Amino acid sequence: MLKIIRNLVLFFSASLLLLSCGQEGGSKTLANTKKAGFVKCGVSQGLPGFSNADASGNWSGVDVDVCRAVAAAVLGDSQKVKFFPLSAKERFTALISGEIDVLSRNTTWTLSRDADIGLTFVGVNFYDGQGFMVRKDSGITSTSQFNSGLSACVNIGTTTELNMRDFFTSKGISYEPVVFEKADEVVAAYDSGRCDTYTTDKSGLAAQRTKMKDPDAHIVLPETISKEPLGPVVRQGDAVWEDIVRWSLNVMIEAEEYGITSSNAEGMKTSENPQIKRLVGAEGELGASLGIDNDWSLRIIQQVGNYGESYKRNIADTGILPTRGPNELWTKGGILYVPPAR
Amino acid sequence: MNLKSTTLNITSFFSSKQKFRYYLPQILTALGIIFIFGYFSYNAQVNMDNRGIDFGLRFLGEEASFDIQFSLIEYSGTDSYARAYLVGLLNTILVAVIGIFFATILGVVIGISRLSSNYLISKVAEWYIELFRNIPLLLQLFFWYFAALRALPLPSEAINFFDVAYLSVKGFYIPKFIWTNFSVFFYSIIASIVAIIFVFKYARKQQESTGKQVPKFFISLGILIIVPLLTFLIGGVSLSFEYPVLTQLSKTIFNFMGGVAIIPELMALALALSLYTATFIAECVRAGIMGVTKGQKEAAASIGLTPGQILRLVIMPQALRIIIPPTTNQYLNLTKNSSLAAAIAYPDIVLVFAGTAMMQTGRAIEIVSITMFTYLSLSIVISIFMNWYNKKIAIKEK
Amino acid sequence: MIKSLNFLGTPSRDKLNLFVSIGAFLFVLGIIDVILNSFFEINITSVLPRGLNFFTPLIFSFIGLYYIRIEFSGNRTLDNLNKNINSNWFNATLTLLIIFVLIQNIPPLLNWLFFDADYVGVSKEDCSREGACWVFINVWLKRLVYGLYPNSEIWRINLSFLMLIALVISGFFVPPKIKKYIIIFLLFVFPFIAINLISGGNFGLVWVETMAWGGLSLTFIISIFALLFCFPIGMFLALGRRSSAPVIRYSSIGFIEFWRGVPLITVLFMASVMMPMFLPDGTYMDKLVRVIIAITLFEAAYMAEVIRGGLQALPKGQYDAGKSLGMGYWRMHLLVILPQALKLVIPGIANTFLALVKDTPLILVVGLLELVGMIDMAKSNPDWLGFATEGYIFAGIVFWIICFNMSRYSQRLERKYKTDR
Repeated sequence: MLKIIRNLVLFFSASLLLLSCGQEGGSKTLANTKKAGFVKCGVSQGLPGFSNADASGNWSGVDVDVCRAVAAAVLGDSQKVKFFPLSAKERFTALISGEIDVLSRNTTWTLSRDADIGLTFVGVNFYDGQGFMVRKDSGITSTSQFNSGLSACVNIGTTTELNMRDFFTSKGISYEPVVFEKADEVVAAYDSGRCDTYTTDKSGLAAQRTKMKDPDAHIVLPETISKEPLGPVVRQGDAVWEDIVRWSLNVMIEAEEYGITSSNAEGMKTSENPQIKRLVGAEGELGASLGIDNDWSLRIIQQVGNYGESYKRNIADTGILPTRGPNELWTKGGILYVPPAR
Repeated sequence: MNLKSTTLNITSFFSSKQKFRYYLPQILTALGIIFIFGYFSYNAQVNMDNRGIDFGLRFLGEEASFDIQFSLIEYSGTDSYARAYLVGLLNTILVAVIGIFFATILGVVIGISRLSSNYLISKVAEWYIELFRNIPLLLQLFFWYFAALRALPLPSEAINFFDVAYLSVKGFYIPKFIWTNFSVFFYSIIASIVAIIFVFKYARKQQESTGKQVPKFFISLGILIIVPLLTFLIGGVSLSFEYPVLTQLSKTIFNFMGGVAIIPELMALALALSLYTATFIAECVRAGIMGVTKGQKEAAASIGLTPGQILRLVIMPQALRIIIPPTTNQYLNLTKNSSLAAAIAYPDIVLVFAGTAMMQTGRAIEIVSITMFTYLSLSIVISIFMNWYNKKIAIKEK
Repeated sequence: MIKSLNFLGTPSRDKLNLFVSIGAFLFVLGIIDVILNSFFEINITSVLPRGLNFFTPLIFSFIGLYYIRIEFSGNRTLDNLNKNINSNWFNATLTLLIIFVLIQNIPPLLNWLFFDADYVGVSKEDCSREGACWVFINVWLKRLVYGLYPNSEIWRINLSFLMLIALVISGFFVPPKIKKYIIIFLLFVFPFIAINLISGGNFGLVWVETMAWGGLSLTFIISIFALLFCFPIGMFLALGRRSSAPVIRYSSIGFIEFWRGVPLITVLFMASVMMPMFLPDGTYMDKLVRVIIAITLFEAAYMAEVIRGGLQALPKGQYDAGKSLGMGYWRMHLLVILPQALKLVIPGIANTFLALVKDTPLILVVGLLELVGMIDMAKSNPDWLGFATEGYIFAGIVFWIICFNMSRYSQRLERKYKTDR
């Protein structure tokens, strides 16, 4: 009797082991993406300038453009992306579980996120900082005028929540944090007067202000209380996919550095500068090491544009942040400095 | 053992069809369960190894570094995640207790009204039940929080209750009780409760031996009021109040400092839970009272008891036997429904622990398991109590 | 003080006309006073001091009702009235309070809801804001019912639901022989057809990802699928709990008590956040599927308890009779026990289904947008800010209609099947 049980258990564990043998080597994500025919991109639930859907369901924004760049590189068409709007709570688990392959959701790059949760940040597409928004008629023009007893609205599970605490504790101000899950609820609470101030990344403040009842009645205070480098994230464990996403973003920035735009990219194939020729795929074998064909960078620049075009289209021209601030090329006084694609 | 004896063993074991019928499904079920659990744990292990996540409860000791809006115990961002869990748990228990208290009162009132001979009253109670029972709790909660309580005025124009309490969109501010020598007061209350228990025992003995009714209600009321009050005079207990004061934080930002702030999230949750659960408790009460045979009521009336006395002395004790088990079930449901606090900003265990803490540490499996285990323990405790109560009051048939 | 009003004598049957007329007059006077006060701001008793002024309608009507309170007046309506709402002064006061509260509040509410409301329009400016702005609902109705489903493909959802309704209705009207086939078709074949229709991907239909499903149609999809699957699972669990084999019994008990002891929100968290970790690396199960599995298992535990109640209520004689006929375990249960037990607990099953429908809005915490989620999205649209109340009232009305009718139907079923035994 016992022998039967022992044999059965052995049989089952053997089948378990057999089942678990997955394929090793190669980029599973790349293979799956090519098979599915679209890139699974996790975005926000509606942040103008970064990832926002219009009434007919078309997504636009700088985070959206990163995913489109990956699609252009890997699948040849920047439209082959499926967007998954995620709340702050599910963004990481959706990525870890495989529901999405790229998380481009204005996510701050921090140590604990990089090391603890099984994710890898592949770059920064927007350098930002955290700020506060108050109503103009409150008379507050600087965070030094904050007094104890303030109530602050914030999104749950964000670096904003933690930075806010550090800031207020350092100033010795006692405050009341009101945390909501959806950004829309945070904005509504602040707008209705439930909270006295609203805090998130300054780009987020500018973007959400356009959604308020009376945008001109609110101001963003000048102080920046933290560094918020926002960038795309991928799962740990797939090095080739990491490289693809990282270099898709880098190529966009480097293209602007060399003056390559979506309109003149084709013409740049005959340029004198070898680096320009590499960026438009006329020289070198950059694509092969990534497992994609050599025209990948050309497609990115042509179909999505370089970083400057993307920024202008989504953030500057829509009035959210007219100037580039730190998000300008290093050659022009900003801090966008990416490794060369060669 | 050789092959022949093994096969003989197997066939002789299974020759009895009954045994076969009895053991085989159990073996299959047990193996199935082991297989499923093994499969899941194996996958989880593989996934976590791939991502570089480790499994363990060590994170509970790490610094939380986030603040919580409302907490019954001392908490600051430098405390550990374990302490944040405790804060969330206490908040859950707080809203559950408040909800249970109001739901019971409201439920009993409505249940009794439903049985009133007054047509209007019973119709109004019926429509209340039908209205609040058929709308999902989440929707009611959203209505109360996002629509009703958001429409309250700003602190500068707060609704004023005799200048001691204020109601505004930021919350309900009431005076804070500041005690000196609270322990003396507390012990005096405990002493009066013990005295009241003795009074009840004495009253019952008197009734059984002489048939005389001792006015135990008034005596106990007297004890409960006088003894604690005495401590004010001779025990050195004193009470002062800290009133909420409107302070100006900037040109247009006002807030109330001092006093106790009851946040609108807590109010909305307690309100929605009470109104919703009261409908179910009303139905339980109604079923209980109707479950007492009509003959009891008529017999009591025939010996000259007034309707109030009939309800109090004859019907309620018997009805309670029918009312209490389903009502305890409703209390359990209320406690579980309080987890909806995650949808509004009330910092209960789901929002604080399975929300912020989970998002900051990324340890989904551990945190969700701990949360589920907490609720499970609460349910089991209440179930055990219910079973004990059922056994105790079960009619012992001859 | 009441006695002092007896200068006219105790209200009695002899001077019926006198008392009734005075009483009625005073009563109506009180009501008119309230109406004038609340709607027309006219105060007919303004000569009296402020405190008294507030209570005059109450006093008038109270005295009026006292005069009407004649026992055995002989007039049937009057007697009924008295017995019901006027039997003693406590009842009378309550009646008056209820009437006054209703008069003061119902007309403004109706005004806001229906008469001053705006129904037709295209944008926010068409709402005058005196009453409810149903334009908001009108414009968003398609999204609220179908979610983010592409407009051109909505016919597929409509077709699936029409098929379902047609099948269910035909199930009532066909002879029993064909009924069996319809039920089998409904339970086993129809789900596949519906899934293929709604999600597409095969047979030339455009693929619509489950993220885009939403609104009221998603509520129905989840409820129907969960009910379909939780029923057999619940049945097995109930039978398992009552079995004599300890392994099966204790695992059923553990399973049932576990799912009944945790709130649905944590179950949904588990489905959306934990479950992916338990699946092999690289496989991905759609979020909607995970959520439906979680809800199904959750409701199956409750269903198991309901069915167990039915199994327990059956007299032991049925089991003995079945066994004495030589029926095996499954045959006995399928042919003798379960039909009777299920009939007994039909109200309980209907209640569980009702609870399931009321629990579906919770899925918005995991990012699926059914009706309440779509209303949240609609009210945060920058063009339509500030219509939270109208949105929630609309959702409340929709749910109320659905749930109220279901509970009425289950009460009817209960009455119908009660006569059997």
